[in-house]
Parts: sequence; C-alpha cells; structure tokens
Amino acid sequence: MRSYKNLFLWFFLLAALASVPFLLPVYWIMILTEILVMSMFAMSFNLLFGYTGLLSFGQAGFFGTGGYLAVLTLLHGSTSIWVALVAGVLGSGLIALIIGWLCVRRDEIYFAILTLGFGMMLFTIAHNWRSVTGGSDGLGNFSVPEVDFLGVVLTLADPKIFYFFVLIIVLLGTWLLSRIVNSPFGLLLKAARENSNRIAFIGANVRSLRLFAFVIAGALAGASGVLFAMFNRIASPEMLHWSFSGKVILMTLLGGSGVFFGPAVGAAIFFVLEHIITSFTTNWMIFLGIILVLLVLLFPSGVLGSLLETWGRIRKGHKL
Amino acid sequence: MDSVVANILNGLSWGMLLFLISVGLTVVFGVMGILNFAHGSLFMLGSYFALQFVRWVGSFWIGLLLGPVIVAFLAILIERFLIRPIYSRDTSLQLLLTFGVMLILDDGVRLIWGSAYHVVNPPQILSGTIAIFSGTYPVYRVFLVIAGPLVGVALWAFFTMTRWGKTLRAAAMDRRMAEIIGVRAPLLFTLVFAFGAWIAALGGVLAAPHQSVGPAMGEHIIIESFIVVVIGGMGSFPGAFVGALILGLMNAFGATMLPDLQMAMPYILLAIILLARPRGILGEEL
Amino acid sequence: MSEQPILEVKNLSKSFGKFKVLSNVSLKIEKGQLCALIGPNGAGKTTFYNVVTGRYRPDRGSVLFEGRDISGVQTHRLTSMGLLRSFQITNIFPALTVLENILAPLVVYHAKGYSFLRAIKKQPALADEAKHILGRVGLENKWDQVASTLAYGDRRLIEIALVLACRPKLVLLDEPTAGMNPEETDRMIKLIKELAGRSETTFFVVEHDMKVVFSVAEKIFVLNQGELLAEGTPEEIRSNQKVKVAYLGGYLDAKG
Repeated sequence: MRSYKNLFLWFFLLAALASVPFLLPVYWIMILTEILVMSMFAMSFNLLFGYTGLLSFGQAGFFGTGGYLAVLTLLHGSTSIWVALVAGVLGSGLIALIIGWLCVRRDEIYFAILTLGFGMMLFTIAHNWRSVTGGSDGLGNFSVPEVDFLGVVLTLADPKIFYFFVLIIVLLGTWLLSRIVNSPFGLLLKAARENSNRIAFIGANVRSLRLFAFVIAGALAGASGVLFAMFNRIASPEMLHWSFSGKVILMTLLGGSGVFFGPAVGAAIFFVLEHIITSFTTNWMIFLGIILVLLVLLFPSGVLGSLLETWGRIRKGHKL
Repeated sequence: MDSVVANILNGLSWGMLLFLISVGLTVVFGVMGILNFAHGSLFMLGSYFALQFVRWVGSFWIGLLLGPVIVAFLAILIERFLIRPIYSRDTSLQLLLTFGVMLILDDGVRLIWGSAYHVVNPPQILSGTIAIFSGTYPVYRVFLVIAGPLVGVALWAFFTMTRWGKTLRAAAMDRRMAEIIGVRAPLLFTLVFAFGAWIAALGGVLAAPHQSVGPAMGEHIIIESFIVVVIGGMGSFPGAFVGALILGLMNAFGATMLPDLQMAMPYILLAIILLARPRGILGEEL
Repeated sequence: MSEQPILEVKNLSKSFGKFKVLSNVSLKIEKGQLCALIGPNGAGKTTFYNVVTGRYRPDRGSVLFEGRDISGVQTHRLTSMGLLRSFQITNIFPALTVLENILAPLVVYHAKGYSFLRAIKKQPALADEAKHILGRVGLENKWDQVASTLAYGDRRLIEIALVLACRPKLVLLDEPTAGMNPEETDRMIKLIKELAGRSETTFFVVEHDMKVVFSVAEKIFVLNQGELLAEGTPEEIRSNQKVKVAYLGGYLDAKG
C-alpha cells in the first residue's frame, strides 16, 4: 500500500522534472539546472551533517576539486564528458580520503574547524597555483563536450540537453544516497550520530564509519562540482571557498537536515528566494542571515521537516 | 636587516590586532562553549565606528573611546535575544546561528556604509614615519606594536588581580566549577560576551588606520582568529597571545619569503596543531 | 586439566598520582559461573571495571580474556572478541527506534557494517533476530517506539539487549540496577539470572547493592581499599569474619 504511494510520488516527480524543458523558458530551465546541481551537493553534505552528525565546513573544497579536475581533463586530456566526470569524482573522492583520514579523529567544533582549514588549503591551491589553475581568474575556455546518446551526438551547450544530462546524473546520485541511508551502513551512521561513544561497544570502528561517509560525500560533492563547472563554463576559486560551504549548509538547514529530500527542497527555496530578493535589493546576504537566524531559533527542522512534522500531527489527530 | 625589522614590525602589529580579537573569542568559547562566527564582524564594526567618529567629530580618540562601548551594547542584545535561547542546543546549531549573525552584520555594514573600501587617517601625533636603524617605518605601526602589549598587560592584570578577572578565568577553564562556586551564569555569560565584543571592537578601531576599512574584513579576520584560538588552546588567554604572535609573524615573513605558500601556511599550521595537540599549544591536555 | 578461565586477572595494580586505587588484585572467573564483585564506595570497583574493559591501562599486572592478554586492545576489537560491558548511565541510541538500537550491533556482528546498497528493510532475517533478542529482555512489544520515549527501566533493558546482540562470551555489568525502583530491580535480577542460566554467556556483576549481589551471584569477590579481601560463595562471604568487620558488619547484623 505504502510502497505504491511512494512509487506514484516518484513517478509524478520524475514526470514533472522531465517535462520542465518543454514547458518553461530557457531562463528558468537554467535556474532549475542549478537547483538540481546544488541539490545533489547539499544532499551529499547532509549524509555527513544530518545522518552522521558531522558539521563539515570544507565540502566546497571537494566540490571545487571536482570542477577543476573536470576542466583540466577537458583542456589537456580527453574531450569526453564521461572521462571528465570520472576524473572529477575519483579525484575529489581521493582527496576526501586523505583529508578525511585526518579529520575523523576529531569531533564537533574541532571537526568543523579542521575541515574548514583543509578546505581553505584546497582553495589556496586553486587561487595561487596560477600556471595550472589560472589563479583568481579561474579556468575556462574549454570546448563544451558532446555526448553520444544511442548514436545521436548531442551538444551540452544546448541548455535543454544539458538539463537532461544533469537530471540523469543527479538522479543517479540521489538514488545512491537513498540506498546508503536505508542500508545497514546508513543505520550505523545514524547510530554514530546519536551516540558516537557507544559505537565501539557494539564492535564497530567509529572512525572508519565516518571516513567512509566522508569519502562518499566528498566524491558526490566532486560530481556536483563537475556539473557546476560545466554549467558555468568555468572552474573558479570561489567554488572552494568556505563561504560556499556555508551556502550549502544554509540550504540544508533551510529544507531540513532530518529529512532525506530536505536539502534539495532547501536548495530550491534558496534559489527562488535569491531570485526574488535580488530583484529589488543587492543586500541579499542580510536576508539570508535573518532567515538562518530565524530557522535556528524557531524552525530547527527546516521547511520540509516542519511541514512533515505538522502533517504527521494532523494525521495522528484524525486517527484519535 | 631592514627587511627583517620590517617583517618583525609588520608581524607584531598584525599579531597584536589578532590578539585583541582572539582574546574575546577564546574567553567566550571557554566560558559559554560557543564559537562565535560573528566575532570578526564585531571587530569590523569597531573599524567602521572609528571611520564614522572621524567623519562626525574629526577625532580618532573619541571613536576609540565610544566605538567599542556601542559594539559591546550591541553584543548584549545579540547574546540576550539570539544566543541565550540556544545554549542547551547542539554545538552545530550554535555555530550556524552565529554564522547567520555574521551574514547580517557584514551585509548591514554594506547597507549603511556601502561596499567601497575606506581609509581612516591616523591621528595627528601618530602619523608620519619614524627612522629605525637605516629604514623608515610608519609611526602608527610602531604605536600598534607598543599599544598591543600594553593592552595585553592590562588584560593580564585584570585576569590575575581582580576578582572579576579571576572568576572569568576560572569559568573559562571549567564552567561547572564556576556554577558551583556561585557564579550567576546568565549574567556572567552576558558580561563575558559584551567584554569579548568590546575588546574586538577596540582592536577594530585600532586597525582602522592600519588597513583599509571594508565590509569583507570581518569574514577575513574571523578565520585567522579561529586559527589563533585553536593553536593557542581554546579558552586559554596566554594561548591567544602566543597564537596571535605566531600567526602575525608567520604572515609577515611568509609574505616576503614564501609568497606562494603564505596564504596556505596558517591552515597547514592549524591542521598540524589540531592533529598533534588538539588542545592547542597552551591548552590543558585531557 | 580444567578448562581455561574465561577471565583471569593477575596482580593488577593501578595508582592515580600517589593514590593507590588497586593493589595486587588477582581473580579468576570460570566459564558459565555467575560472579559478582562488591565493595564499599571508594574500594576501587569502578577502577577495576575500567581497567578490565580497557579504558585504563594498569600500572602492573595483566588481564587475560580466554587466555589472551588484552591490555591495549582497542574497544571495538574487544567487543568483536566477545568481551562486553554495560553502562551505569543509560547509554543507548536515543533518537532511533528500539528495533534500530538492536539492529545496529547485529549489523556489525554479521559483518554488514559497510554494506550500503541493500536496504535494511529488505533483510527481514535481521529484524527477526533483533525481535528475538528483544523478546529475551521482554521488550518485543515496544520495538517500534523511539528509544528515548521509553521509561527508565525499559531503557536499561535496551542497554542489556544491545549487549546481548553482540553475542558476548563475557559481560561485565556495571551496577545494572542503579537508579531503579524496587519493582524494576526485581525484574532486572530475574532477568540476569535467567540470561545467565540458559545462555553461553558468562556474566560478571559489579555492584554495591547487597541485595542484588546476594540474590544473583554464585561466587562473590569482595574488594576493600584496593585489595581483594575475600572470595567465595554467598554463604562463605556472609560468614567471613574479615568481611564482616571491614564492610558488611552492620548490614548483616541487622538482617540477623
């Protein structure tokens, strides 16, 4: 019964997402593309924050690493988007493995600061290693790749085709994440979030659990970074800056870190709000700050989280 | 020789400003358990008040006197209405709340003073240059190097000689202990937060003639002062002093000797300290 | 040759600064024997407990689990070797359901901790096993409730079930009835006896509540001022003159 309802919901969502390019103007297709990319980034961050209980302030480092590696691949290696994507994902996953190996030794605030520090090291590399990364100007000027789909060659320069490309990758990433959070491994992550000291007494190693989650989150952040760099036609140092990590944290809280799709909803609300607010003022950050403060004080479970809680209460009320 | 003197002078003056902002950050963390992302923005507000008082009354000194007080008052409001409701909550949420406050303050400054950078001239007696050995250096920089330790000594005297200071230090070391010996927590927290803001803003006013005043300075300095606080030992007052000096000197020498690495050096230092000695150089090992 | 003891403590000593907390403590626990360690506050029980479970390193002496020296072995390895401990303060996974609390150790036991592609709901064998374990402590009807919403006594039972789910060979119970009301205490005593009676697990209770110890243990060790004062059956301990003088006097006299 319930699984049918779920199936229906999934089908509806997919149908809506797939029909968008035929219904909306190009401008909104592009906004939606960006929302999709950031959704995957935010959901991968939430594997650490919401599910494992680790606040990382350095996820932008992996996001940017993915972007730069993809662009570098396209410039110097191969013209295939798939090779660029794999390079971005593997590279950022590898960097996450090294950094994570060090970071998972610390908890809470120390973990947050340590990830912030390592993220900023990556930022510094992107910013200062001019000969490779182009410095503060970023790295662009690559030819937009084409994809061979069942013998038909499609160019990603077309916003509609790029939208579908992003949609497929993001759906794959989302599918992987949903598998993870419902798996035995996902259960242990939640257990580690609830009581990290107890984990050793059920026979598991909390550090390696966290490291595994960190690498997955880093690799998916890298994948999002690849898409982001393709979308903007450039990889720039800002992608790695800690304030970019802050933005993703904000999206996650906005939607709700306790719900699987919370970060995605948060990303959507974020972009729509940004769009509306920047149309009448340039001081969009002040609104962002106010929203964040209100969220923490009044709605710590986020928009989607609060909605679901209210819905649950109403349903219970009806039953009684 | 000259470049060494210049580097030391630059490093020390920057280190002194870092120290002023980090003291509050470390004491607030020690006593309240909150890592305040908005602390750098309070420093920045100090600089803007210096700018504003120079514009209004033409006096840097009045800004130095009144600016920090206004910022401290603002900090009382922030503590009372935003931070107090979430003391019992998750540390991540506390961090995020102060992150939100930072966004508001930084953009608020942009709203009031615009996003351009401003220059504040040093007061008459402290302008011009001075000859040390064979080189010449801005008088104001020398003033900072002297003023910093003076403020440090004053703070040290406050922390070790006065009853209030001792209570604060005890509370920063062990919060529960402070409650046992009868410190009224809510009032203590408010005062500590205001005190931290006051010193940060004092640093901000002093920094105004030293560097250009702009809306991004809070965001910049907060990360560096996080690093200072962590390498010195969170909650440790002498640690903040040592950490600030190390970072200041490292920045100055790094800029001339290893310009490509200079930006990354603080982070490398941070990572090494956090991994090898998580309580910091002068923090209590558990 | 008799069977190897499951736990053997040899000449254990531990000091904190100048203060000697344990001096030269030796004891053996045979497999299947329900033992208890008692002693007044400050006798060194907690330190003994923490040394045996690997939290503190002893200054001298060794702890052998199934004949193997376990000093310096990481906690999660001890757990997979079958040496478990319970906690005095309730130490469970509060926001997870009762069932999920038990599933977590089961997943680890079945080496599925890193399996991340197959949903846990699609592995009914795991849930069945977890419910079976919950049945042993009498919580089978509360499996779908969130752990933190349960009454104190029930949360203590989750603690026991968490330990059982790790398939322990030896369990050290740290004051299992601490903070319980009389009714909950009786339930816990009954449960410990039952579990000890029909499983392969050996239980070792560290406790200061006399009533619990004498109604549960087959063999009792008495710790006083860091030294092992006496060991024997409850009857032997009751009649032991040294124990009476040092520790139990008032209590046993009052009981007659």
